[in-house]
Order: sequence, then structure tokens, then C-alpha cells
Amino acid sequence: MEDVPSGAPQHCPGTSSDQAGKSSACQGCPNQAICASGMTKAPDPAVEEIRQKMSTVKHKILVLSGKGGVGKSTFSAHLAHGLASDGSTEVALLDVDICGPSIPKIMGLEGEQVHQSGSGWSPVYVEDNLAVMSIGFLLSSPDDAVIWRGPKKNGMIKQFLRDVDWGDIDYLIVDTPPGTSDEHLSVVQYLSSTHIDGAIIITTPQEVSLQDVRKEISFCRKVKLPVIGVVENMSGFVCPKCKNKSQIFPPTTGGAEKMCQDFNIPLLGKVPLDPRIGKSCDEGKSFLTEVLDSPATAAYKSIIQRIQEYCSSHQPQD
Amino acid sequence: FSTEKGNLAQVRHVVLVLSGKGGVGKSTLTTELALALRQAGKKVGILDVDLCGPSIPRMLSVGRQEVHQCDAGWVPVYTDAHKSLALMSIGFLLENPDDAVIWRGPKKTALIGQFVSDVAWGELDYLLVDTPPGTSDEHLAVVESLRKHRVDGAILVTTPQAVSTGDVRREIAFCKKTGLRVLGIVENMSGFVCPHCSECTNIFSKGGGEELAKLTDSPFLGCVPLDPQLSSSLEEGRDFLQAFPDSATFGAINQIAHAVMTSIAERG
Repeated sequence: MEDVPSGAPQHCPGTSSDQAGKSSACQGCPNQAICASGMTKAPDPAVEEIRQKMSTVKHKILVLSGKGGVGKSTFSAHLAHGLASDGSTEVALLDVDICGPSIPKIMGLEGEQVHQSGSGWSPVYVEDNLAVMSIGFLLSSPDDAVIWRGPKKNGMIKQFLRDVDWGDIDYLIVDTPPGTSDEHLSVVQYLSSTHIDGAIIITTPQEVSLQDVRKEISFCRKVKLPVIGVVENMSGFVCPKCKNKSQIFPPTTGGAEKMCQDFNIPLLGKVPLDPRIGKSCDEGKSFLTEVLDSPATAAYKSIIQRIQEYCSSHQPQD
Repeated sequence: FSTEKGNLAQVRHVVLVLSGKGGVGKSTLTTELALALRQAGKKVGILDVDLCGPSIPRMLSVGRQEVHQCDAGWVPVYTDAHKSLALMSIGFLLENPDDAVIWRGPKKTALIGQFVSDVAWGELDYLLVDTPPGTSDEHLAVVESLRKHRVDGAILVTTPQAVSTGDVRREIAFCKKTGLRVLGIVENMSGFVCPHCSECTNIFSKGGGEELAKLTDSPFLGCVPLDPQLSSSLEEGRDFLQAFPDSATFGAINQIAHAVMTSIAERG
């Protein structure tokens, strides 16, 4: 977790390392004096600001997966919808996928803009009790690519956590991009002085996906992030015509079930493939209220309930 | 001996495989294209720059290989005795396959720079570069480190649904900004034929890739259906093209490979 700025000398020890400003690689670096002064080792003041901001947020859940396209955003969106179906629960959904924000589309908020107010950026509301923030709301056209390197993405995430006027909320759900890199480290670091309830890890059944997801679990262990559980998505497909089940992404190595046993973490449930899920997402509607008869809806509801139970039984002590 | 191009001096064509969206089949398509090109008698290399989630070693069933050094640099891993398919991936550099590579941008950029300059590919007809999703450090690093060498273009992979094509539109903007030619768009996971009743269901919708190609004025290279035989071949690291030469998926992949070769040849 070194803090190496872009354009640093090749063996830069990182600005927050004990060797900052002192190692041989620091010779001739224009930042040597600043690093040597010890200023860069002090914690980012934003961490404290974010702690204050997050004092009105009861539960914080990260949705992670080492693999792309397994359904992180679909799950995050439906977790938010599911939790917000109780009108007295305030839910916020934050999309930190800076290069591929899907949440605006899935939540039916494409083309919405973020407004400034005295107390910060106002999120976009789907319902009175469901607020959403994404970089998608800050782009002028759907074709705009955010071609940013790490430090700029981190700055944006800092702003999302510190400067958005979330208000009093029960659940903050953070949807992340695939991988174990800048975005993930930044979210965990910026929230380090607050209590994160834990991470939900999404996977699909096949080994090619599981091998990336195992890396994500290693990541959670390294940064001491509790794993609430694993969701196996795209788990089998029931043909709408003959009702026979097929494994499109076959669990050749035992699927999420085996992996959860190996790592001793809970499997929250399996969500089958249903073409109507993708369709609801494209139309920006909640699958949970659009398609009541699908086995996927039942699976989602049971998973959401288990997450609620986890959060209420793991209240921070303070 | 051209020092300017170094280890890429004998590499004829370089093609990037990109997608703004994850899990749409970039690594699958890269693997299958490489196998199809090899079947067409070409020498092929794959450079896997997905540092946080390298999938190609498993797909080619060369998971636990070690990378050796030679005078010219790192020796890539060959999948066969004829050395017609070479691969380099961070997967070969990890001690434990479950190790997470928790790196921020600058470290990723440095390793990609090394991958581009220090791998002794030797003589290759095609070098395919498989990338992680997004438009960030890895992509900029690849484009920048390949600047000295001519990159023929990029193949963009998408699934049919709007949530995916939306991200791929951003990838096209990336190509325009960095001056990469778009060789074409491939629509993957396009329809699933039920093995029980042969009914075709469009699980992730249909036609999104072709529509996107029209909208952005890019060539459309073809559709690859959802095929459990393809998924399990990749899981087991078998050569799908050899195992199922009669399947419709095989035809689709072969057609895409030839479209790519033609497109590159036409440009010279």
C-alpha cells in the first residue's frame, strides 16, 4: 500500500514510508525536502473530515469482486432497492467505478445532474429514501471517457465521501470497479477511521471468475475488511420454454460453495440467470418490483434479508 | 538490429483487445483469436496486462509455469512444443495463485513498461494484448509504451445489453483520444441456445454490439453466442477450436479472426 506519486523516481519508497526523503532513490527528486520533513507521513486530513461526515451513516457496505461483469452493479442497485422498499430506511448508493459507471443507467437516472448546495453536492434521488451518487452524473455526454490515472480517481473518491450531502442514512452501499487497485485501496483508506460493516463479494460459478475472487478475499484480509458473505450470480439458467436448467458458466471447481468452505466465509445465496434482470437494468427499473414470479427475485430477497440481519447484529460499540 | 523497437522488432502486428466493461469476454476472445490465428498458420503471442485479474494462463492451461531469463530478456511461456503460441502474464510471477496484486497505478505502469520492452518474443505474426476493463493506468501504459512500435488497432468486446455498450462507447472515446484505430466491435454472449429444446434465449439482450458499431461508425466483426462448451473448454484450458470444430461458435470465432487479418492486411 505504498503511496508512490506518478512520475516518481524508479525506486521511490513511497511518501508515507519511513524511508521517505532519505533513501538513495530520493536523491535529486524535487520532493525530497518535503518527504524528509515528515509532513507527508501525517494522515490525510480528509480521513478525519470523512469520519465526521460519516458519523450520520449507520451502516457501510462495500460490494466487491475481483472479476468484472459478474453483477456488482446489478447487485448493488437491487440491494439498494430492496433495503429502500421499507419507507423508513434511508439508503444511499455510491458508485466509485470511475471509468465504467453503470449505476446511473441501472437506476434509471441517465442524464441527471448533481447540484451544489451550501452543504455540498446533492445526490440524485430515485425515491425520497434512496439517494445515488456516481461520476456518471458529472459527465456531459454518455460517450465521455474518464481517462484518468490513479491519483485523479482517488481525488474523486475522496470528494464523493467527503463532499456529498448524504444527510442521515441507515445504509451506504459502495459499488466498486473490478480489481484490487487504486479505487479499492482509497475507499478503505478514506473510511479507515469509520466503521465499515463489511464487504459483499460477488462471483459467477466458473473457475475463471473464482480465481479472481479469491484474490479479492486476500485483499479483504490484507486490509482487515470483514467479509459479510459471497453471492453467486448467474448461477444456472432456466430455459423459459422447456423449463430445463442449464449451467452456462459451469461450476467446474465446485463454484462459490466450495470456495466459501475453503475460506470459511458465508455463502449468502445463489441468483440464477434471468433475461428479465438484464432487461430491467437496461430500462432502469427495479427487477424486484417488476418481476415478482422469478426465482431470482426470491433469491435476492433472501440475500438482502441476511445482509440486514448481519448489519443489525454487528453494530459498532461506541 | 533495430534497438529502437528492441524486443518487438520482429513482431509484425500488434492488436489490443479492449472493453470498458468487465466480464464481457476480453480474455476469452483473446485466447480464441490466438488459437484461431495459430490454426491459420500464424505465430502468435499474447501479452496479458490485466495485473489484478490475469485469466489467460488458466484459459491456456499453463497456470504454474515459471518465467526464465535469457540475454534478450524474459522468455515468454510457450503453450506447445512448436512454440507457435507464446504468453506473458503476471500470473507467472506470483508465488501463490490466490495472491492479490494490490498495486496502485505507478507500479502497474512500471510493470507494463517492462512487459512491453523486456519480453523476448522473437518472431511473431501477431501480438495480442489483453487488457483489464476500464480506461485508466494499464491502458495508458500500454499505449504509451507501444508508441515506438506501430499498433495496428484495437478490437472492442461488448455484450449486447445497454449497460455494457454504454461502457464500450467510452472505450471508443479512449481510442479516439489516443489515436488508436478501431479494427471493429465483437458482440459476445449473444443469445443462448437451450441444449434441451434448442430455443434461443437472448439472456443479455441482442444486437447491442451491431447497433453500437453503426452508431459510432465502426466495423462490426461478428457475434459470438453464449456456449457452455466454450466456457468449459476455457475452464479446463482445452483448445475449443480443436475440440468442437463443428459448432456454430467455432465458425463465429474463425470468421472474426479472418476479418481481423483482412482488416490489418488491407491497411498494409
